[in-house]
Amino acid sequence: MITVKKLHKTYEKVTALNNLSFTVNDGEIFGVIGPDGAGKTTLFRILASLLLPDSGSAEMNGLNVVKDFKKIRKIIGYMPGRFSLYQDLSVEENLKFFATIFNATIEDNYHLIKDIYRQIEPFKKRRAGALSGGMKQKLALSCALIHKPEVLILDEPTTGVDPVSRKEFWDMLKKLKTDGITILVSTAYMDEAGMCDRIALMREGNFIATDTPENIISAYQETLWAVETENMPASLRDLRNHPKVKTCFAFGNRHHITVQPNLSEAELQDYLKVKGYANIVVEPISPTVEDCFMALTNA
Amino acid sequence: MNQLKYLIEKEFKQISRNAIIPKMIVGFPVLVLLFLPWAINFEVKNIKIHIVDNAKSVYSQRLINKIDASSYFILTRVSTDYNQAMADIENEKSDIILEIPASFDRDMVKERQAGVMISANAVNSTQGLLGNDYLMQIINDFSQELRDEIYPAAAVSDVPHIETLTDYRYNKTLDYKVFMLPAFIALMLTLICGILPSLNIVIEKETGTIQQINATPVSKFNFILAKLIPYWIIGIIILTVSFFITWLVYGLFPSGSFVTLYISSIIFLLGITGFGIIISNYSDTLQQSMFLVMFFILIVILLSGLFTPVSAMPPWAQVIAHANPLTYFIEIMRLVYLKGSSLADVVKPLMWMAGFAVFLNSWAIISYRKRG
Repeated sequence: MITVKKLHKTYEKVTALNNLSFTVNDGEIFGVIGPDGAGKTTLFRILASLLLPDSGSAEMNGLNVVKDFKKIRKIIGYMPGRFSLYQDLSVEENLKFFATIFNATIEDNYHLIKDIYRQIEPFKKRRAGALSGGMKQKLALSCALIHKPEVLILDEPTTGVDPVSRKEFWDMLKKLKTDGITILVSTAYMDEAGMCDRIALMREGNFIATDTPENIISAYQETLWAVETENMPASLRDLRNHPKVKTCFAFGNRHHITVQPNLSEAELQDYLKVKGYANIVVEPISPTVEDCFMALTNA
Repeated sequence: MNQLKYLIEKEFKQISRNAIIPKMIVGFPVLVLLFLPWAINFEVKNIKIHIVDNAKSVYSQRLINKIDASSYFILTRVSTDYNQAMADIENEKSDIILEIPASFDRDMVKERQAGVMISANAVNSTQGLLGNDYLMQIINDFSQELRDEIYPAAAVSDVPHIETLTDYRYNKTLDYKVFMLPAFIALMLTLICGILPSLNIVIEKETGTIQQINATPVSKFNFILAKLIPYWIIGIIILTVSFFITWLVYGLFPSGSFVTLYISSIIFLLGITGFGIIISNYSDTLQQSMFLVMFFILIVILLSGLFTPVSAMPPWAQVIAHANPLTYFIEIMRLVYLKGSSLADVVKPLMWMAGFAVFLNSWAIISYRKRG
């Protein structure tokens, strides 16, 4: 259980955390989702007892991150955003190193890392620096887990990892959850939100929404359409100029637009035709977490 | 204990896997001790002399032969033109001019005294001064010779004179290498053990591994100790290798005991590695720490009495030299090696070094912070 109360941190003039309060329940995967610079890493570093907050408090399983930092460091597994294992030690040596400094052994907790470690075990003699990005993250997770932490703090573990490895990584987290480990994870990929039990959408040091992914999506009030034309960049500007279109954002190869209820799909198609676009597709879609984030950001 | 043991094991693994450092640890003392003592030498030899011989007489020729026979001088030219000689000095063909007047022989016989003129190029002041000194010695010798020849009786009875016999203690032959070797050993310990641990910690900062360590229960005391112990061991290895080289190559064996040498070296190592850690605590990048280390090491070396005696420095520099652990270490190394001082004799500089070790290491541990 993580309890955060009015946590505040500023760097000179920038407010990284603005009186943040939230709780994470035992055995829950709690995702902090937000763009770069939202304050995710600052929050995680404070929780990992590496940074002192200006004010407010944070407790993990009853231990204060400022006062009980020595005990905190025993019960957490922290994985920084940047790969931080010893590149000149082998896979096996890194794992043994992190087990030993926590006074644990690989054998004691092998069951926790078995599924992950099995995938990198064929390369256990290889230096960590020579691993691929996905394997590095698997090794980092193994090292963060080898002392059987009660709370796992993962700062953007999937950034820079290929889609297949990302999927595998989340599957592993789900398994770990069944071992009773509380997992706090951050990501800038909105599509990963669905993997979490609860998510917090973070922007400029604030949580703008905290709920299950389903509730966040069902709270979405807008009329949401996807639009495709053969000239996407130009149509973005024209869609934004339409008086009945509230917002318009590029989502991959489509534009997601929110519109006023009195606009019909046919009316919009005509508008685009007049502007000279061809191959126009307009269809209603159900919102994703990213749409929710955009809506909350612009509200 | 298990934690510390594994931390140290990790350091040794990393050092041994480094492509350059293990080679340097052996190569550095070997190269420094084999070559530098020959090159860094304050003895002045091979001074190029131009003699302007206006006399062209028997006596002047004898003086010229005497100078030519000296190992300090190379006779580049004998001419009769002083301007020619000056031109030689200007284009660096010669360093010193001796002008013998035309009336040399006549003055010698009639007036019982004759003058010569020495002009030395003093751009390199040591060379100018010593060249002048050596030349005077030869001329004095020559004048003594002549006196004995011309007035054999007078030499014995009339003129009272003092004869000086010098006994150079502890370095009989005034060999500069013997003086420098113990100091070079001290210099190497400073360079290797002052720089490497500091860079090692900053590398952990740059690669971010320190973040991962900081989030673990490893205490800062253990972390720093694990960084230092390998370099203490490396320092002792370098020391031992250096003792062997000075003995095998130069036949220089410490007159004092090895126990004294090792004890003082260990105390010095404790201090200088602490200094390295302090630098690393205040730098975030290798570039910063490299620059800081180089700056301080240069001052530590130049103001340590390595080349020039501390007592010859201006008062403010003496104050810095006395706040410099290397000054005490070089002093001890030379005393034990050359003079055979015992542990009791060097207890004062030893206490100073111990004081620095405690001070620097306390500072190092206090200034290392696990969180921002």
